[in-house]
Amino acid sequence: MQTLLQQLINGLSLGSIYALLALGYTMVYGIIKLINFAHGDIYMLGAFWGYYVINYWHFNFIFALLSAMLVCAVSGVIIEYLAYRPLRHSPRIAALITAIGVSYFLENGMSYLYGSSTRSFPQIIKQVNYHFGGVQISNIQILILVTACLLMILLQLIIKRTKMGRAMRAVSVDPDAAELVGININRTISFTFALGSSMAGAAGVLIGLYYNSIDPLMGMTPGIKAFVAAVVGGIGSVPGASLGGFLIGLLETGVQAIGLSAYKDAAVYLVLIIILLILPAGIFGKNTKEKV
Amino acid sequence: MKANFKYNICWLIVMIAGFYAINTLILVGVINAFIENMLVTIGINIILAVGLNLVIGFAGQFSLGHAGFMAVGAYATAIITSDHANAAGFWTSIVVGIIIAIVAALIVGIPTLRLRGDYLAIATMGAAEIIRIIINNLKITNGAAGMFNIPQFATWPVVYIMVCVTSILIVNFIHSRGGRAAMAVREDEIATESMGINTTKWKLAAFVFGAATAAIAGSLQASYVQTIAPTNYNIMESIAILIIVVLGGTGSITGSFVAAFVLGILDTVLQDFGTLRMVIYAVVLVVMMVFKPSGLLGTWEFSFKRLFGHRKPKGETQA
Repeated sequence: MQTLLQQLINGLSLGSIYALLALGYTMVYGIIKLINFAHGDIYMLGAFWGYYVINYWHFNFIFALLSAMLVCAVSGVIIEYLAYRPLRHSPRIAALITAIGVSYFLENGMSYLYGSSTRSFPQIIKQVNYHFGGVQISNIQILILVTACLLMILLQLIIKRTKMGRAMRAVSVDPDAAELVGININRTISFTFALGSSMAGAAGVLIGLYYNSIDPLMGMTPGIKAFVAAVVGGIGSVPGASLGGFLIGLLETGVQAIGLSAYKDAAVYLVLIIILLILPAGIFGKNTKEKV
Repeated sequence: MKANFKYNICWLIVMIAGFYAINTLILVGVINAFIENMLVTIGINIILAVGLNLVIGFAGQFSLGHAGFMAVGAYATAIITSDHANAAGFWTSIVVGIIIAIVAALIVGIPTLRLRGDYLAIATMGAAEIIRIIINNLKITNGAAGMFNIPQFATWPVVYIMVCVTSILIVNFIHSRGGRAAMAVREDEIATESMGINTTKWKLAAFVFGAATAAIAGSLQASYVQTIAPTNYNIMESIAILIIVVLGGTGSITGSFVAAFVLGILDTVLQDFGTLRMVIYAVVLVVMMVFKPSGLLGTWEFSFKRLFGHRKPKGETQA
């Protein structure tokens, strides 16, 4: 029972990182139907930004987190403007290759500028472990969970309650109709990228605190897994992405806990395939019938 | 057969001429070991790209799992030729690799080919990763360390011949009834189904065919490079093959050839740049896609039939 609870806590902390990343994937996919392969690398940028401002400018945690979100939002918008906007009406596979190209560019650009070695993230918050009946939980895990949940609630409010959020939903349903009623599509898409990328930036700083180590290729695997999480939850759905992220995190730590850590990624992909076969649009996805 | 006899003879002449051209250049010394290595890598990439182009460009099924099937072929060759280091062992290993890849493709394809577009891509990617992780944890494959000292049987003539054979088989498949059915599925699956074509069967046929050629390429690569490790067959390898296909133009076999050459040469030229190499590569990729999203050749296909000026409606591709 204790190990189960312990794994639950570990899984939820890891899962909240995946959930934050998955939100970016799901929003971008929902609005322009593009698998933004560079999203994992935005998360890497966020972690590196956190590393630099904490080490050199001595920012505290809150400022590091907020500035990383801002920087990532700006880079997300720039990437969208330079690389994805010219391709909005070309075949989707071309846009996908561009996203992969941007991802290569960010990974290798950072390796070129800062070296590909692993760095240790400054421990700005001292780790304190609390014990509740044999279950250990650290203040960093609590911080990650609380920050992630706050950000997700904030995102949900932005999407459901603000004018821009309504515009985002309108564009994702039908871009042409949205344009007809006077929504500026370009600005809406930029805003979506900014929101998604800022979530990734926050996740980058949080993972730096949690795992202590960052490197230029750190975004690759979590990026793919977060995309899997978004697909499992139902791509395009914000609650689905959060749920998918937590599910993948729990699954991964669960498989690790029963001693099959070598197969943890395989388990994630297997669950993905099974869920897609049972619910082709994911857990919260809308199943659209194709018409002739 | 008879109708296309003239063109088939032309292609045969081109292939034999190409073989002797490379042979002579090696004898004369224009092609040194370095360039030969580049050409073999290009050849293997051509097999991979043409196979993936069949799945993506002609059957319209977006697969991101090509590297998984490549791994199957590579490990079949590595394991069998390590025990039986002779030519018979090598050819047996290719056949075994193809058979295992076909079985794996059927297991992966029958359930997942019901999915569409990006969902299929992500499912096939997952399947390929599962294959890789299983290889990573098996004893017979020597786990994550990979296998070394694989006997070299895949010299450049072997690779050249296999490039010709797989291309002929795939081009013939494309121009057969099955290939037309697969292209119809690409254009509109529901309309195809209502014409009485078994869409699942032809999608699966193209997918399995692609997987088999990937296994051949994997065998050749393992035997040529002589060292393999599971990390060589991760998602990045699948993406590298996808890049060749898209850069050449999905739906153009000629394009896959051209793109494999362009990228192979680019890769060799950029080798001196170190880390900067991948940065330049990424920029070239993004710029290419932004300015020419349909790939280098689009769906254009080189054809002797057109060269000889036979009447042919515009926009149709023929071999």
